[in-house]
Amino acid sequence: MPINYYVFLALALFSIGVIGVLTRRNAIIIFMCIELMLNAANLLLVAFSKLHTATSNLATAGSDAQIFVFFIMIVAAAEVSVGLAIIVMMYRNTHSVDVNFLNRLKN
Amino acid sequence: MSVTEILFWFLSVLALGSAIMVVASKSPVHSILFLILTFFAISGHYILLNAQFLAIVNIIVYAGAIMVLFLFVVMLMNLNAESAPPQKNKYILYGGTIMGASLLLVLVAAIKQSSLTGQMVETNTGSTGLIENLGKLLFTDYVFPFEISSVLFLSAMIGAVVISKKEA
Repeated sequence: MPINYYVFLALALFSIGVIGVLTRRNAIIIFMCIELMLNAANLLLVAFSKLHTATSNLATAGSDAQIFVFFIMIVAAAEVSVGLAIIVMMYRNTHSVDVNFLNRLKN
Repeated sequence: MSVTEILFWFLSVLALGSAIMVVASKSPVHSILFLILTFFAISGHYILLNAQFLAIVNIIVYAGAIMVLFLFVVMLMNLNAESAPPQKNKYILYGGTIMGASLLLVLVAAIKQSSLTGQMVETNTGSTGLIENLGKLLFTDYVFPFEISSVLFLSAMIGAVVISKKEA
């Protein structure tokens, strides 16, 4: 497959994530859109790693990118556990997951 | 059209369609289920690229662990389409959509001019993404970041417990 197709697919997934973060007000859905953007970046990294394998004469070229994707997944898992704890605490205080209630830092 | 191309287009349409449904659906539970479908489609892309290790880790970590955590939180709060915050301001909806679409347009226009055009990605073959290669690399060159990530998990766990305690 040409690399362009993977780039455009990842860009489309990333843009859908951006649209979700900008338009939705439910904190959980905003969080899921961030996961979607992370996955778009992961897909792009894997596609470029295989492009590197195809163009290099080393058999295992591009392994570093896949290790990098693995570490992104690790960080995402840690981030989700803390983020969901914050959302639970926010729900306990305001009885809502609407991010517009979180404007008290504004003034 | 070869089998690889048919699978690529099928998985791409599946990923994009379910990603749009994540943003568009009213109920958070439906959003989560569509996001799981998106992750399965992305895992299919990884298998197509012969990144087998990442495909399995993506399913286990994302679709298995993270999304179950999301589902658990949503069911704990008993959220559904009725309790969701109403979309009061229509202009935010239109403005956000237009902004995201123009971001996509700008990026696609920029990439179209680049020298990437015509370079082929290696699919179905190669030993880069196999567990043998990545496991060796992870326990030789990348053993220090690997150990550090366990500290990260420990701190994330302590952080989650401290944050969600009743009166901190």
